[in-house]
Amino acid sequence: MSHIPLQHVLIFSTALFFIGMFGMFTRRNLITLLMSVELMLNSVNINLAAFNKYLYPQQTGGLFLALFIIIIAAAEAAIAIAIIINLYRSHHSIDVDDATEMKY
Amino acid sequence: MMPASAIFFYVIAAAILVTAILSVTTRRIFRAAIWLLFSLMGIAGIYFWLDMNFLAAVQIVVYVGGIVVLIIFSVFLTQGSGQSLPLPAKFRLFISAVAVSLGLAFTIWILHGYGFLATAPEVPAVEMREIGKTMLSVQSGGYALPFELVSILLLAAMVACIAIAMKIPADKKND
Repeated sequence: MSHIPLQHVLIFSTALFFIGMFGMFTRRNLITLLMSVELMLNSVNINLAAFNKYLYPQQTGGLFLALFIIIIAAAEAAIAIAIIINLYRSHHSIDVDDATEMKY
Repeated sequence: MMPASAIFFYVIAAAILVTAILSVTTRRIFRAAIWLLFSLMGIAGIYFWLDMNFLAAVQIVVYVGGIVVLIIFSVFLTQGSGQSLPLPAKFRLFISAVAVSLGLAFTIWILHGYGFLATAPEVPAVEMREIGKTMLSVQSGGYALPFELVSILLLAAMVACIAIAMKIPADKKND
């Protein structure tokens, strides 16, 4: 682990974050948007774990923050999928361009 | 000559980035879910490489075993696996790619110039027993309060999921 500078781990997680953001920009399907959000959350978790391990290896703050983010991401995914299923029932489509009732 | 652990990191990182790119660009939604699965498993590998075994186990159980399976279920409930998504507009693809590359370049530039603290000497991994004690400790530095808050959040999320996704029979809809 000590052979790799911290910057390389951070650059890797930044790249992962921006890949997720590219998905957010280009996708129009709710399930794929949810996948992009998961990628972005995971890149943040890698950041926290790396900071914890490289700078303060005898403490556990980064580990717990990453753990709580994983739990909240699980709750968020469950709610998002309930909303997606409800939207599919009323619109027969989960494309974000088809749900425009609250737009104006 | 790089040591084996350094090669391991670069190989895993490259695999994660490639599968993540495939996951956000493939037009088959089921394949996107499977690429996401590989990407998340690679991230668990990164946690193992960082010597955080508990976090890696949680990653596999919650993400690979839970969230991806949930996503695949919702794909089957709403889309079917065979359909392919329409291509996004060329202009939007171009603008997104430019914005994302600019953001990536800017962040890497900042990271490059930032003076981080010196890397601390390696210590043995935090034991599972220690993690459990810290999580339920009410002393200073313990995580009992966030633990309880998160359990209430999970309960609320569970109730909300049932309330949102419940099918109301047609004859009761107008009550």
